Amino acid sequence: MGMAAAESQQYHVLAVDDSIIDRKLIERLLKTSSYQVTTVDSGSKALEFLGLQENDETNPITPCVSPKIHQDMEVNLVITDYCMPGMTGYDLLKKIKESSSLRNIPVVIMSSENVPSRITRCLEEGADEFFLKPVRKSDLNRLEPHIKRTKLKDQKQETLQKVENIDEQQQQQIVQPDSETIIEQQQQSLQQGNSNKRKTMEQGISPETDRTRPRYNSGIATVV
Amino acid sequence: MLGLGADLLWVDMNRLLSFLFHQGVLDEQFLQLQQLQDETSPNFVSEVVNIYFHESEKLLRNLRELLTEKELSEYKRIGMHLNQLIGSSSSIGAKRVTNVCLAFRAATDQNNRAGCLRALEMLEHEYCYLKNKLHELFQIEQQRALAARVRYPVQN
Repeated sequence: MGMAAAESQQYHVLAVDDSIIDRKLIERLLKTSSYQVTTVDSGSKALEFLGLQENDETNPITPCVSPKIHQDMEVNLVITDYCMPGMTGYDLLKKIKESSSLRNIPVVIMSSENVPSRITRCLEEGADEFFLKPVRKSDLNRLEPHIKRTKLKDQKQETLQKVENIDEQQQQQIVQPDSETIIEQQQQSLQQGNSNKRKTMEQGISPETDRTRPRYNSGIATVV
Repeated sequence: MLGLGADLLWVDMNRLLSFLFHQGVLDEQFLQLQQLQDETSPNFVSEVVNIYFHESEKLLRNLRELLTEKELSEYKRIGMHLNQLIGSSSSIGAKRVTNVCLAFRAATDQNNRAGCLRALEMLEHEYCYLKNKLHELFQIEQQRALAARVRYPVQN
């Protein structure tokens, strides 16, 4: 999927609420704001939809990729009720933020009760917004910045990854394929001090720079 | 004459709505519901309200059952039912019902059985009143829609 038509792009929101009325409401609110919506009635179903099994504590790095159709639908934001039986919205938030594949997805918490400590707790755990119920259409205007910010971050990481790959390829072309020559040059540079280091750097080989070059691969699967 | 009928019904509907707002039976959230209704979802309000009626009647039955037990020890369960009712009532803008539920919840927090029974009576009364008024509203709306359609017949 290309990122070309950014303006008309439909974002996909996963809404979680155990109340059928609130699910209907949030679904309608989101649809009239041009979002694609999926609603589920529990935190565990939400995790299932996101491709993460609930008991995935042993190996949180590898999500269980289920062969269901909805795995092709990228989720751009999760909005969840706080008070739910079983897994609360807070528990769901934690699970998402603990997952290396899901932690970048913005999460919004909704609650009918205005409890400051609850709000703080959620925001500290990584929630991007906290909405008081009943949710209004105007509240939904606060969603897009979070989605866009995440998309921009993902795009930047993708681009940096590509630049790095090209960079590495070019570096390999400059350096002679003969490994003995490389070792010789490295030994020379170590023995002769700064001036030679500068020389080897100009030639494109630098063992120090290679070690300290920052890695941008954060382990997030680049799902397109 | 028919056109006039549709307009009169429109006036009736607005009069009823104003009345309900003035009495605190409904609040702004009900207007939000109406604003979510359009050509793509023309029956949104009645759909949501009918779900609300269905869910609420289940909860009210449960509450009645729990409170008529000889030994009342299920205050926690009563509280849970009330939380659901409070949530759904405020979501559709049923202000008076919500407020009565809040008072009911306070009575359960105090393990006050007599208070709970009184609150339940009041809740059942408020709920019935709300249901009747909303049905009236939907009826007027239906009639108005019909009359409006007759007013603008298909042109040759």
